[in-house]
Amino acid sequence: MNRLLEIKDVYAKTEEKEILKGLNLTVNKGEVHVIMGSNGAGKSTLANAIMGHPRYKVTSGEILFEEENIIDIKTDERARKGIFLSFQTPEEVPGITVEGLLRSARMSITGKPIKLRSFRTELKEKLELLQFDESYAARYLNVGFSGGEKKKNEIIQMMLLNPKLVVLDETDSGLDVDAVKIVSNGINQFKNEENAVIIITHNSKMLEYLRPDYVHILLDGKIVKTGDASLAKEVIDNGFADFKDIVRS
Amino acid sequence: MEKKKTIIEDLDRGIYDIKNEDKFSYKTKTGLTREVILDISEKKSEPEWMTEFRLKSLQIYNEIELPAWGPALDELDMDNIVIYVKPDTQMNSDWSEVPEEIKDTFEKLGIPKAERESLAGVGAQYDSEVVYHSIKEDLVKQGVIYTDMESAIIEYEDIIKEYFMKLVPPSDHKFVALHGAVWSGGSFVYVPEGVEVDIPLQSYFRLNSPGAGQFEHTLIILEKNAKLHFIEGCSAPKYNVTNLHAGCVELYIKEGATLRYSTIENWSRNMLNLNTKRAVVEKNGTIEWVSGSFGSKISMLYPMSILKGENAKSEFTGITFAGKDQYLDTGTKVVHAAPYTSSAISTKSISKSGGTAVYRGSVTVTENAHHAKSVISCESLMLDDLSRSDTIPVLDIRNNEVEIGHEAKIGRISDDTIYYLMTRGISEEEAKAMIVRGFADPIAKELPLEYAVEMNNLIKLELEGTIG
Repeated sequence: MNRLLEIKDVYAKTEEKEILKGLNLTVNKGEVHVIMGSNGAGKSTLANAIMGHPRYKVTSGEILFEEENIIDIKTDERARKGIFLSFQTPEEVPGITVEGLLRSARMSITGKPIKLRSFRTELKEKLELLQFDESYAARYLNVGFSGGEKKKNEIIQMMLLNPKLVVLDETDSGLDVDAVKIVSNGINQFKNEENAVIIITHNSKMLEYLRPDYVHILLDGKIVKTGDASLAKEVIDNGFADFKDIVRS
Repeated sequence: MEKKKTIIEDLDRGIYDIKNEDKFSYKTKTGLTREVILDISEKKSEPEWMTEFRLKSLQIYNEIELPAWGPALDELDMDNIVIYVKPDTQMNSDWSEVPEEIKDTFEKLGIPKAERESLAGVGAQYDSEVVYHSIKEDLVKQGVIYTDMESAIIEYEDIIKEYFMKLVPPSDHKFVALHGAVWSGGSFVYVPEGVEVDIPLQSYFRLNSPGAGQFEHTLIILEKNAKLHFIEGCSAPKYNVTNLHAGCVELYIKEGATLRYSTIENWSRNMLNLNTKRAVVEKNGTIEWVSGSFGSKISMLYPMSILKGENAKSEFTGITFAGKDQYLDTGTKVVHAAPYTSSAISTKSISKSGGTAVYRGSVTVTENAHHAKSVISCESLMLDDLSRSDTIPVLDIRNNEVEIGHEAKIGRISDDTIYYLMTRGISEEEAKAMIVRGFADPIAKELPLEYAVEMNNLIKLELEGTIG
């Protein structure tokens, strides 16, 4: 089976405001999708609807993950099924270390105890890849981290938890050129024929390093156009103005 | 989803709740009378000055009112408290001579194991008397004394007479007056000049007898440049009657000496814990308090540091966990009475299921204590809308050349943090437990390892099935 995610005519709202208005999206294994849209188009709502945030209610439609409707399934179980969300603003959690979180998360997801030695080796490897000092493993999660470090830490979590479907919510925003390169490198190493990545962005920084199979334009809660990488270039050159006409017509 | 519901009153506290049969060789009648006190003093074959001291304290007790602030103490009825319960054994220095049942209790509490593995000496009190005391031979050779107060008063009468309840006089408040009248058991530690005791000493206080009071007295003297880590543990099984704990701790820290005093208090929920602890610190000396309050129905506990000499230091690290029907009023007091003295206070409290956790503390800086420094940080976490948390800091600063910082935070577990952890596959319940453990983590790091483990277990026990 090749199909990983199928979003069918989804309407979703937060605090009584309807944000997604009949969204459709299909993601197969091995694919990289980019979703572009201006502020308020519904990008983060889409990410949170896939992950099951309690404040975002799906009012109609279906979200199928590996052919199972996950709309009524809690967030932690979705994560255990293999969905991962890289946050736009990762939470700071005093008292829980980077390594502590990863160990708890990995145990929850695999349902097996951790082999500490190989886990540590793996963690060290990923820290190096994302150009973190080893000492970060013992630091409290995201506490005192710069914006870029928080995003890089999300990528480390992604790599160690090895999900099937990854949603990167504005991972490139606030990153400098070097950090974009480092993060993209991590994503490229993670990516294979068995998993898929959805990149939500409103700019193009990461697209120089990641080769998207599809680019979608999200406006006013709907995908209004789908194309290949060249569509992204079009948006970068001309903005979203052209697509807004599509919505109106 | 099926949820496991645990009612707090029925919490299985494991070993802490194992009740032994109430065996004793002697027990006073309930209530507080002159006869009871004379009786205790006679049983202990004390010197006359101590008998007089007790009677004078009783007189003070009868004259002082209950505190007009803090939790209500209406349920305390001294007529129903058994003041003195002598266990059915003598003080022993050999475990094998401790009666089987008592030995078994301490075994389960892990005391002899800790002694073998990580302690330089151990004292164990059961109800009103110390049943076991030991100290490593090489410390004895260096002149270190670690013994029960009853032996100390015979063997080191001059020292005890000089120091006993001089730092905490019976006139201070009602419960130290009570303590002065009825004290029994506790430990005496003396570390001579320049001696550094690298491995901790630990005294454990177990109250088994229902409706009884425990009034142990701990007196520690550190001579110049001496060093010690003293650990105090306490617990009791739960009964339906009120038990009372009114101990007293006096710590004398001489020039350049350092004392770390760690406590994990895990009394049962029928206990009124009205304890008084005080340290006086001379020039360049340091007191480090580490305090964990988990049990009891009501606690009023404010360890106090008097920084008497230049450059004396006090550090206080405390955590309080108040569950259903618990009112834990805790904090610390510091008096900066000399120049260049410094204090650091860091407290955390967790309240849940209607529990009340109050931080109450004071920092006083006298006129002459220029360049005094104090940093105070109090954080509270409330796990539900039923629980209460308060911070009552008092600052009394009497000169201008001081540096004082105060920070207080009262909060709840953030939904966003729970969601974040859940996106990593962690269940809601475990996410909350992780956040609470994380909140307590900086304090756990200060605790002796086995107590840190115990604290985490307690948090787990407290949270299981009760939130989410």
